[in-house]
Amino acid sequence: MNLKTTIAGVTLQNPVMTASGTFGSGMEYSEFVDLNRLGAVVTKGVANVPWQGNPTPRVAEVYGGMLNAIGLQNPGIDVLMERDIPFLRQYNTKIIVNVCGKTVEDYIEVVEKLGDEPAVALLEINVSCPNVKEGAIAFGQKADALYNITSELKKHARQPLIMKLSPNVTDITEMAKAAEAAGADALSLINTLTGMKIDVHKRKFAIANKTGGMSGPAIKPIAVRMVYQTAQAVKLPIIGMGGIANAEDAIEFILAGASAVSIGAMNFVNPYSTIEIVKGIEDYMKKYKVENFSDLIGAVEG
Amino acid sequence: MKQKQTATVRSQRQLAAQIFDMWIETELAGEAAPGQFICLYPKDKSTLLPRPISICEINEERTALRIVYRITGKGTTEFSVYKQGDTVSVLGNLGNGFPVAKGKEKRVFLIGGGIGIPPMLQLAKELQAQKQIVLGYRSNELFLHNDLERYGQVYVATEDGSAGTKGNVMDAIRENGLDADVIFACGPMPMLRAIKRYAEEKKIPAYISLEEHMACGVGACLGCVVKTKEVDHHSNVHNARICTDGPVFEAGEVEI
Repeated sequence: MNLKTTIAGVTLQNPVMTASGTFGSGMEYSEFVDLNRLGAVVTKGVANVPWQGNPTPRVAEVYGGMLNAIGLQNPGIDVLMERDIPFLRQYNTKIIVNVCGKTVEDYIEVVEKLGDEPAVALLEINVSCPNVKEGAIAFGQKADALYNITSELKKHARQPLIMKLSPNVTDITEMAKAAEAAGADALSLINTLTGMKIDVHKRKFAIANKTGGMSGPAIKPIAVRMVYQTAQAVKLPIIGMGGIANAEDAIEFILAGASAVSIGAMNFVNPYSTIEIVKGIEDYMKKYKVENFSDLIGAVEG
Repeated sequence: MKQKQTATVRSQRQLAAQIFDMWIETELAGEAAPGQFICLYPKDKSTLLPRPISICEINEERTALRIVYRITGKGTTEFSVYKQGDTVSVLGNLGNGFPVAKGKEKRVFLIGGGIGIPPMLQLAKELQAQKQIVLGYRSNELFLHNDLERYGQVYVATEDGSAGTKGNVMDAIRENGLDADVIFACGPMPMLRAIKRYAEEKKIPAYISLEEHMACGVGACLGCVVKTKEVDHHSNVHNARICTDGPVFEAGEVEI
């Protein structure tokens, strides 16, 4: 049985990775999970300089999910490269760094620094975080802005680029086509859906930022639909995510057209989620006598 | 080492309005320390996130943990109906506890406000010091004061004056003319701010336990941060993670 999958020329030992922002740089969850068993670790979004992030409360629970507005707090690219990449290099897993910025120049600076680090296999470009006032989603909600940043970063990047798309758009396939036309190597979707929660007893917003990105099992049907539509619209490999809680959920995304999947909020619910899902995909392949994982990609019928 | 395990409920009873007292049998008790916390996971799948709850007491055999918690929503409502023999998923032990050695053989205040009182119990058991235990409640529905009386002199303050000093814990300290060399405290933010100011005036260290809404509990999500005076070693900004760098901080380190 072969669990390998390929994203933009990079072969992963299995299709299960971590969603940016839910797994730190792997260190915290390495107490629970053998990182050697993951297809890839995707690190928390990193900018050219440290970012303080938003005020608290930053997280709130909603029915079947959660809202977050961390605001991309990060220690800056230098700390990531000096501390976190060497930590991850010890493991037999692919390293994918999520990159954020306020301006195109910020992104370029990070992308160029990472170009000197051969241990980083892929870059995921965050053009979809809904919780910051500048940058991020500002580049991901208009097709021309997404085209421009993608083509600009392609000029500076040594590693293949995964553009992480926002679901907070009228038609995600327009964004996917723009990224593809600009030379993106892969897509990941979906980032969180912008939401809001109000505490009616205190008459206050549950999150200091007022709005937050919704994730968790409640958003999964939306994410599956968007992965399917995007897979129909472009040829790029897709990393599917959004509320994946178990192997069946992961396989839904794969049948819809994803070449790999990311586990996000469910790491908080069950820190062993990622490796349990790897095992569950193996069990599914055994049960249905699927020899190659790649045969499942986009294999939904009808 | 942190682990997620299934624990078995040994007993549960109600102590006061909305306040419940549950003992759970878990291996986590073996290495638990005062001021650490555990996360309990509701079974209701609509409630996604774990509930962080402080460790109130560890039994002598170190086979069980006691938690005393307040009902604040769906998750804690679910926990409150658990009966002996029921199981619950628990993640622990989380955070750094109180630095017990800092209080050794000194005059210490153990100050607990409301649902911040529970972690004071295991601390009082382990601390070898001259213990003055100051407890703040809303009303005369007191809880855990009898347990704490075994380990030191207890002073009570109530907001409505129905028991002890009328007012807050700082009023009780003044009214009783108390003094200390070190403070350990847990409670609502206004209380912790008053303690921080008091400790600065008296030039004594205060170790305060903070709380914040959390998602992961293990330092990955950056949901539960507190502003720090200096640049934090891990975040490289003025934010520390309450779940892993805390929940106990020296009051001078944090901007609250």
